[in-house]
Amino acid sequence: MAGTDVTLLQAIREALADGMEDDDRVVVLGQDVGRLGGVFRATEGLYERFPGRVFDTPLAEGGIVGASVGLAVGGLVPVAEIQFLGFLHQAFHQVSQQLARYRYRTRGRFHLPVTIRAPYGGGLRMPEFHPDSLEAQLANIPGLRVFAPAFPDDAYALLRAAIQDPDPVLFLEPQRLYRSVCGPLPVGAAVDQPAGVRLRREGEDLLLVGWGPTVHTCLAAAGELAERHDVAAGVLDLRILSPLDREGLCEEAAVRRRVVVVHEGVRTAGLGAEIVATLQESLSDVLSPPIVRVTAPDMPYPPGRLEDAFLPSVTDVVEAALKVVQAS
Amino acid sequence: MSDLDRRTTGGEDEPVRFLTQDGQLIRPDLPRPPDDVVREGLRLMLLSRALDEKCTILHRQGRLGLYAPVHGQEAAVVGSHLAIDPAVDWLVPASREQPAMLRHGWTLDRLLASLLGRIDAARIPDDVRMLPRQQAIAAQLPHAAGIAWATSIQGGRAVTLAYCGDGATSEGDFHEACNLAGVMEVPLVLVVINNQYAISTPVSRQTRARRLSDRALGYGFPGVTVDGNDLFAMYEVTRQAVVRARDGQGPTLIEAMTYRVGFHNTSDNPSLYRHPSEPAEAEERDPITRLVAYAVWAGLLDAAAVDAQRAEVRAEVEAALDQALSYDAPRPEQIFRHITGGARDNQPDG
Repeated sequence: MAGTDVTLLQAIREALADGMEDDDRVVVLGQDVGRLGGVFRATEGLYERFPGRVFDTPLAEGGIVGASVGLAVGGLVPVAEIQFLGFLHQAFHQVSQQLARYRYRTRGRFHLPVTIRAPYGGGLRMPEFHPDSLEAQLANIPGLRVFAPAFPDDAYALLRAAIQDPDPVLFLEPQRLYRSVCGPLPVGAAVDQPAGVRLRREGEDLLLVGWGPTVHTCLAAAGELAERHDVAAGVLDLRILSPLDREGLCEEAAVRRRVVVVHEGVRTAGLGAEIVATLQESLSDVLSPPIVRVTAPDMPYPPGRLEDAFLPSVTDVVEAALKVVQAS
Repeated sequence: MSDLDRRTTGGEDEPVRFLTQDGQLIRPDLPRPPDDVVREGLRLMLLSRALDEKCTILHRQGRLGLYAPVHGQEAAVVGSHLAIDPAVDWLVPASREQPAMLRHGWTLDRLLASLLGRIDAARIPDDVRMLPRQQAIAAQLPHAAGIAWATSIQGGRAVTLAYCGDGATSEGDFHEACNLAGVMEVPLVLVVINNQYAISTPVSRQTRARRLSDRALGYGFPGVTVDGNDLFAMYEVTRQAVVRARDGQGPTLIEAMTYRVGFHNTSDNPSLYRHPSEPAEAEERDPITRLVAYAVWAGLLDAAAVDAQRAEVRAEVEAALDQALSYDAPRPEQIFRHITGGARDNQPDG
């Protein structure tokens, strides 16, 4: 596939197939991941290609995550799909109390190489719960890594890394980007080095920080800022939400001094607050205030047809960026 | 299993029972465990009782954290565990299955080290196929289903023996685990220790079901209620379930009817919620008394030998306690290890 552009969804499919090809212990489980290939077709073709290694499970998220703990203890490398991240709450006790703590509880006797994939984020006019962005709740769980790709290259590299990780990884898939974002698959070293933030657009006036779907919101805003307002905004893709690459984040922020953080999760105790706090702890004498957040408001996710009023828009980001630029 | 029901009891509603309280076989043709298994079982039950006594005292002296005694439930735990092979099979305990953990290979000094906060000395050794005690009720059951499922995916021989209490059957994890285990036909034997109480809440407040074993019907695998104070019945019913599981015939649920004679744990005060006559009556059905009566009758041990064994297991607990106390006291820096793998992790624990 090298050389050809693929969608983010295809990149995930490739990573799953290559991961299964490389390691016989890798198994895929979840609701409708077998014959159907998943509701988004992320596991399409795996059931036929890897007989006895792809399993449709009963409709029970806690059972899927809990069984993955046992599968890993039993010597396998499970990659579980939670059909939508919003339904991870049905498994939250297994994620936070069990999956994330097993190495710690057993003093290293058991480590759990478990990957949990879950689509999330708005923009598809989904029913309730389906578009919820719960990443702040996940980043708040010690022992868990949280990956949030925004492009096909990262979707591939980070998923391969997640499957190879000796510890559990929550792999967040931005569902509105599944088929709308195209790009090349990574080759060689890029596959092996998933760590750290990545600058997705150069620009020296300020830094727009996002992850998953909002990287693209930030990129669109940066385009508009350049065209209409003569402001050069850099766009930082956080990629890995836990552990945070604080050093990389601070480095990119320090050279631009002005920062806007954008996320689809709600505002209070959202991951944006952590980012602002990190920047202010390390760079209080460097940064130019205010550091502004553009987030969903503190309210339940609205009905899908009205979600545009709820999600951070390109206009919201442009306005926030101008405010920050004009403040100093 | 229904066949076994009819062979061993007068009515279908009665738990499977082989031994009377006097230690006599209800019917002479009932299967008996081999003599060495009976001896091992009795020894473990006595050891468990001695451990309960010692740990309760240590707690009262402020030398040990919370302790949950096995008192009264020994035959349910030991009888079922005697039916598996620790070298091959997996043990997934709830929390009050000390003698099963010991027989599985977690030595007494390590078990005591865990209660004394020597967290690294308490680590389950690499060759012991056992999960740690679980504090979130029923959360271990999906893990058990997953381990057993991994065995069937890999075509292994291991059977997973998991435990939970009566209260755990109210949890979603119980349902999700049993349902998945049934659908995937995994080699799982689930023993529900029905000791009549979840802290203060009696079984009648957990469920309207007549028997907890009836729940198995809804999962499409056999469920059987056994007299949990009868080592022979527990051993034989579990043994049959293990054979089924190893043959690829899927899970079995075994409800062990027993009674929590002691407290939920050392912080509990049962006199606030049950009449003292209740545990007193339960003491009359003591599983150790029953097995000793059998052993003496069958000529396996005489009364003097049983007394000698009681003294022996007490000495064993004392020696293990000394050993546990000899391990390094817990140090604050230990708590920062083993969060995830990486440079800071996987260092020798010293």
